[in-house]
Amino acid sequence: MYKKNNTLFIYCIFYFAFLYIPVLLLPIFSFNDSFHMVFPLKGFTFDWYVQMWNKSRLHQALFNSIKVGVIASVVSTFIAIFAAKAFTRYKVKFHSLSYGAILLPFIIPEIIIAVALIVIWTSLGLKLGLIPVTISHILFCTPFCMLILISRMEGFDKSLEEASMDLGENSFWTFWRVTFPLLLPGIIASLLLAFVISFDEFILAFFLSSSDQTLPIYMWSQLRFPKKFPHILALGAIIIIVTSLIVMTAYWLRNLGQGKKKDFTIGI
Amino acid sequence: MIRNLRDIYFRSDQAKAYTLLSPALILVIIAMAAPMIVMIITSFNTQISMIEIDRTFTTGRYEDFFSKPIFSMLLFRSVKISFFVTLLTLITTYPLAYYIAFYVKKNKMLWIVLMTLPFWTSYLLRVFSWRVILGNKGVVNSALMGTGMIDEPLGFLLYNQGAVIITLSHAWAAFAILPLYVSLDKIDKSLLEASYDLGNSKFETFWRVTFPLSLPGVIGAILIIFIPTVGDYVTPQLVGGTDGRMLSNMIQSLFGRANNFPLGAASAIIMLTTVCIIAAVVTYITKKVSMRMS
Repeated sequence: MYKKNNTLFIYCIFYFAFLYIPVLLLPIFSFNDSFHMVFPLKGFTFDWYVQMWNKSRLHQALFNSIKVGVIASVVSTFIAIFAAKAFTRYKVKFHSLSYGAILLPFIIPEIIIAVALIVIWTSLGLKLGLIPVTISHILFCTPFCMLILISRMEGFDKSLEEASMDLGENSFWTFWRVTFPLLLPGIIASLLLAFVISFDEFILAFFLSSSDQTLPIYMWSQLRFPKKFPHILALGAIIIIVTSLIVMTAYWLRNLGQGKKKDFTIGI
Repeated sequence: MIRNLRDIYFRSDQAKAYTLLSPALILVIIAMAAPMIVMIITSFNTQISMIEIDRTFTTGRYEDFFSKPIFSMLLFRSVKISFFVTLLTLITTYPLAYYIAFYVKKNKMLWIVLMTLPFWTSYLLRVFSWRVILGNKGVVNSALMGTGMIDEPLGFLLYNQGAVIITLSHAWAAFAILPLYVSLDKIDKSLLEASYDLGNSKFETFWRVTFPLSLPGVIGAILIIFIPTVGDYVTPQLVGGTDGRMLSNMIQSLFGRANNFPLGAASAIIMLTTVCIIAAVVTYITKKVSMRMS
């Protein structure tokens, strides 16, 4: 539309720096040969990565996080596929009420959900642990997955499904042979992003995990001790790189086969 | 009879739609609505020992909340901090979204991806990183001292409300950039040309056409940032110090060391109610304003 605006462009570069510097600091210091995160950098070392490798509690936490993340992402994507189909293919009565109810867990402060779950869980006399954490993550990830899948379903031609029905396929086979393959990149993107959300989630796990630490809770428990946190930096650096790769894959998948679609929204 | 019901089911789109929606709705009912109801009930109870709760009805916890000034103070502070976070985030990201929507021609997607990528990397580590940047031995202070601009580290950078606001604004930037960009990008470019043809300057066009049309994005950003940040726990805990403590930190201690579940539940409900009322008012006013402007 407009030609050029150098002031705005320079502003964008500064904002870009503001966004990225805090993220990039941690990987830089993870190679620094000192307990303190202070400039100038001392020397180059792999010690923190070695130290990280030898922490058995970290391995347990990582395993817990992966377990919760995989279950949460699979279940919430599964639930979201049905919900997305309902919203895109039918004129649902009380549309905004149901839509709002499903999106609500994503908007209201997480601490409210955490507190409500801890209250019901303890009044039922149940033990806190990974099960309530997983349930809360499913609740939290489902709205996200649904938005991703809705935009994917709106992106492809509905007449393909109609053609399949006209050719005599029933709705199950139409879904399985037409909708599902077209939807697949969106489903994988939804699985990946939900996994990242669950893997990174802190508040719900903090309230509900009790002694079964997930990775963010483990990191939190180590932040207080200056002698211990260099290995958290090493861990953080790896997390940053891996999640960035996962997210970029998910972005790429989401737009696969959609041509040049303009409203790129990551589901918001 | 059964066959009739089946016929009705297969003919009714509503029944099919709600069958598809049922897993999601059941999830919300079991994992959110039911716990919230139990939380509301608990907020009218009394904690009598470490594990025992007296279930007789009382409004005592709400009286506790409003009679102890610390609670109202923390609630007010949480709302205030979130207000400034929302404002700061909107002001700083609007030009960015504007630039991507109107000036970037190739690779818009790449811009958006780059602007939202940091949001996906560990929240905890990003917040922690701000402590490293702003701390006494932190990046800002050591850089300033290294260049000889100051002799003593600047102590006012960390452990106050300002630090909380900056950190949260950084953490939630993606939630403003996306809705703002989407609403700006949707604007029909011929409207802007029409405005120029009618003799409006660039500023007038922005103020009378572009900005009012981008208000849906602004409302979206306000809701999606203001509501969750009121309940943020990590940032005040890591960079807030005593000055930056928020209501969530209090709620956490009521469910932890202080062990007063009913009062914690009451505080959570008061927080949620306050946030909802403010969000509703803000949305209403913004809608009114946008109707008047356009």
